[in-house]
Formats: sequence, C-alpha cells, structure tokens
Amino acid sequence: MNRLKGNYHTAMPILVGKELGAHMQSWRFLILVLLIILTFVTSMYVSFTNLRSAVGNMQDPDKSFVYLKLLTTTDNSIPPFHVFLNFLAPLLGISLGFDAINSEQNNGTLTRLIAQPIYRDNLLLSKFASSLILIASLFLALVLLMVGGGLLATGVGIEVQEVLRIFGFWLISVVFVGFWLSLAILLSVKFKQAATSALVAIGIWLFFTVFFPIVVNLLVRSFLPSPRMMSEAEILYYNELISTVMRLSPGQLFSDASTTLLMPSVRSLGPLTMEQMIGAIPAPLPFKESVMIVWPQVSGLIAATCLCFAWTYASFMRREIRS
Amino acid sequence: MKESVIVLRELTKRYAKQTAVDGLNLTVYRGEIFGLLGPNGAGKTTTILMLLGLTEPTSGYAEVCGMNATRNPIDVKRKVGYLPDNVGFYDYMSGLDNLVLIGRLNGLGDTDAQERANKLLDDVGLAENKDKKAGAYSRGMKQRLGLAEVLIKQPEVIILDEPTLGIDPSGVREFLTLIQSLSKQQGITVLLSSHHLHHVQQVCDRVGLFVDGKLLANGTIDSLARSLFDEGGHITTVVVREAAAEKESWLTALLQQVPGVTAVAIEGNEFIVKATENNTALVVSELVNAGQAIEEVRKKSYGLDDIYQRYFEHHEEPI
Repeated sequence: MNRLKGNYHTAMPILVGKELGAHMQSWRFLILVLLIILTFVTSMYVSFTNLRSAVGNMQDPDKSFVYLKLLTTTDNSIPPFHVFLNFLAPLLGISLGFDAINSEQNNGTLTRLIAQPIYRDNLLLSKFASSLILIASLFLALVLLMVGGGLLATGVGIEVQEVLRIFGFWLISVVFVGFWLSLAILLSVKFKQAATSALVAIGIWLFFTVFFPIVVNLLVRSFLPSPRMMSEAEILYYNELISTVMRLSPGQLFSDASTTLLMPSVRSLGPLTMEQMIGAIPAPLPFKESVMIVWPQVSGLIAATCLCFAWTYASFMRREIRS
Repeated sequence: MKESVIVLRELTKRYAKQTAVDGLNLTVYRGEIFGLLGPNGAGKTTTILMLLGLTEPTSGYAEVCGMNATRNPIDVKRKVGYLPDNVGFYDYMSGLDNLVLIGRLNGLGDTDAQERANKLLDDVGLAENKDKKAGAYSRGMKQRLGLAEVLIKQPEVIILDEPTLGIDPSGVREFLTLIQSLSKQQGITVLLSSHHLHHVQQVCDRVGLFVDGKLLANGTIDSLARSLFDEGGHITTVVVREAAAEKESWLTALLQQVPGVTAVAIEGNEFIVKATENNTALVVSELVNAGQAIEEVRKKSYGLDDIYQRYFEHHEEPI
C-alpha cells in the first residue's frame, strides 16, 4: 500500500490552486477587478486633486498624514475609497462565494471531487482561502499602487505610522470581504440553486445597508422619549444603545474600523461628554490607540466570519451528496 | 477460497418518508464484475453512496477492502474509484488537466500524474482530444474520461453508477468491452449498477436483482434464469394435422422421456411441451418418429426479458 502513499494532506494547495485558476479564468472576476480598479482610480483622482487644500487645512489635526489623506480626501462629488469599499466589498464577497458549492454540485463535479481521498473541510477551506487570497492580493496591489503613486506625485516620505494604518485598513477590508464570502459560501451550501443563494445573499446585504438603519431609526423613535425631556445621562445612554444596535450590521463595524484607522484624530466611536473633552488637544492618536478603539469591531467581524464558516462546516460535513 | 472485497451486512438506509435500502446483504469477490440491476429508484445509488462513505447508513455495515466504509471513508476512497451516474467535469479545463487534477488529489506528483493521465487517455481512446476543453466533450467522451479518472488512482475496486446511461448503442458496447478488458487485465473488482439488463448481461459475472431496496436474488444470469423458471422455462408447441385422441396417453409418455421435459399437455391437435432446456428439435423428431404429420412448431423461451418483466414490473403471478 505504498504506491499511493497518502500525501493527501497536501490536497489543500492543489485545491486552492484549482480554485484560483477557476476564478482567474472567469469573466466574473475580471468584471469585479475592473469595478474595483475603476472605483479606486476615481477616488484617487478626486483625492489627488483635493490633496493640496486638505494638507494645507490648518484646522485638521491629520493634515500631516499625506497618504491617509489620499485615501480619505474627497470634494464630496464622490465618496472616498473606504466608503466605496463599504458597499463594494460585500458585492465582491458575495459574487466570489455564492455558487461555491452548489454550482459544483449541479455540474456533477462535487461528487467526483469528494469521491477522492480528501477531507471535505479541505474543500470548503480551499473555496474560502482561494477567494480571500485573490481579494487580499488585489487590495494589496491597489494599496501599494496608491502609496507608490503618492510618493511619485508628492515626493513626501511615508511615515511608519501611515504604513501601519494603511496595512491595518487593508487587513480590515480583507476581513470584511471574508465575512461576506463565508456568508455566501454558507448560502451556497444551503441552497441548491446558485441563483437562489445569490438572491438571498444580496437580500441580506441590502437589508443591512438600506433597511437596517431605517428599521433601527423607526424603532428607536417609537419608544424614545423626547430629547428635551431627558437628562444628559439618559441622552448618552440612548445614544450608546443606538450605536450598539447599529453595530449589529457588519457594514457599520467596517466603517467604524476603517474610519478610525484612516483618520488618526478620531478618538472615540461613541459620544464624548464635555468633561471628557476638556483639556484634550485635537491631535492624532498613536496607531496603538486607534487599534484599541477598533479592536471590538475587528473581533466582531472575525467572530461573525467564524460563525458563518462553522455553520457551513456543520451543514456540509455530514450531508449526503448526490449528483 | 475467493477473497471478498465488498461485504454488506443488513445495510439499511431510511429517509424521512421511505426506506431506500432495506437490510441488504451482499458479498462481491475480488476480480469479478458484479452487476447491480434494478429499476430507477430501487436504491442502487444509495447503496453505492454508502459504500463510499458519502452517506451514512441508518443501520448495518458496509465494508470495502476490509475497511468500514462509514468510519474510514478516506482510506476506502483511496482504493475505490467511483464514476457517478451524472458525471461532470470542469468545463474550463482540458480533459488532460481534469485528469491530472484528480491524479494529484490522489497523491501523485505532478509529472507522475501527467504521465499516467496521458497513458490512460490513450487507453480509453481520448488521446486526440486530450487538450480539448472538457466542456466540448460529448456524453460518450465524458464517460470515457470518467473511466480514465477512475483508473488514475490505480484502484482495487471500481464502482460505476449507470455507466451506460445516455450513450449510443455502439458506444455502450465499446465502453463495456473496455471495462471488461481492464478488469480482466488488472484484476480490478467492478461493481456496476444499471437498469439496463442487456448491458449488464454483456459483461457481468454475477448479477444482483435489486427492487425497492431489497436484493431479490443474486447469481450468474444463467443460474438466475434457471432458478426462476425451473418449471418449464421453454415451451414448445407442436401442431399436428390430425388430433390423435386414442394415442394421447402413449404420446404423452413418449414425450416425457425426452430429457428436460417437465410437462406435456395435449389440446386437440396441439402438443404443448414444457422443458427446462431448449429441446425443440428432440421433441419434433420424437413426434415424427411416432408417425405424426407436423404442420407447425412454435417455440417460446424464457430469457432475460422475462426476468425483467417478472421482477421489475411487478408481475407477481408466475408466467
């Protein structure tokens, strides 16, 4: 029994390679890449044209971070890149994952694949990893392009803090896409038809981006006493409550995290009292402090991703697979 | 002593509403081609899935190559090649690449996989089309590519689920001959499921008849036919010119001397002879020797079609 001595634990790289190949040859991926690049180029163009005024703005404590300004400056004609990403990233994750399992099943390749001596979780993991590798390298390329372009255009050296913040932003974006990807893969296991799982995923996305804030608003308004009747402590309490509820939406977590990382002067994601603000000089926070602020958001995103993945795993592992 | 490769004991699979496989007992020996024969929905595919550990039996036990298929599916899958009934390939890859991928997943190195894939594509007659995208393959070509893929892991057992479905008759013959020769050359055990009796008949050493989750009978096709129709599998009807009423008992006794004859009935000028073997010629020559003028001879043999009729179309009454 030596002839096929099982190096089947090396199935992972082979499967990931296969998935990468499949993605890169697909039209879908090409279109997504074009879309992301288009967004990136547009927002970079806008921020480059407004960079001079942004850096010259003496009121802004973040004015010395040229590269962070590149990512966040806008003249309000279009949103900055990280806000764009807030609704492009789900699209990216969903479109790379919504047919991961069910299309293989409908094509009859899934039965063939799991009739090979590989573990089923390797299959799921390879689907997840390959898409994430693609996204991570795409974003990395964009970030590096941005830094390189900025360096060429402005000639200003990049600071260590900016490097850390930009890579932190990169990491958070990848995690955010990872969440939507694992949700989409979960749906692709749950639903037999790729179209159904795509629709459900887009439904969830729309719910969180459009309806969730409206619903929260309506609910809060219906039971919230008039602000004039409330004490300061109560107002604070209700404010906290609303933002906590809003943070059930992954998009909110991402926008909190990316804003804090890209704008060093953001010191809190909740309301601050006057007592807290007294004596504070409007100055950028050190990187570590910004990370401390966004840590709950990041771990929330990672936890949601893991939850989706675990659910996927549980429903896929013992399922009977017929062609 | 024949070595058993597949052993099923009281294997049962129940779904919410129905029992797909009901207390199945079956042994398949090394090197034989076993045909699992049954109509659609008889539980053939479910049985195969349980053999590969792709679904869990409700109760009972499935063993392949001495390993429990439910507990050690990975080890089983290393020795068993499986061709599903609705085989699909990655359409964007060439046939060769599809094959190499599976070879590598089975632990072959890249160069080994390439080499073996090329050789197998030659064996199954796809050498010319190996660089064509699998999406452009015809059904028959896909089936042959599937066979190559099953063989690339050098299996001890191959399981083919409805391998002849959707291929044209000459393709079926070719495909089955290919399976047969591969099995004989390399000593591979083959389990083949089909609802098509004539395909099974061409290649299988033994056949199991599978209806509604139960194995009704198994054995060689000849022995099945014999056991099913042991009382008069062949009926010869001879029409003579004149009814020989006074000679009736004498002629009956005469015909019963013929080897294999189990019953003789005379109705007017018709002699109806039931026999376990085909002995029409003997019956006719006996009657000629006895001075009967024969007008017409009709012969009816029970064959595979009747097995099929009897079992699969729920003809419970004996024919």
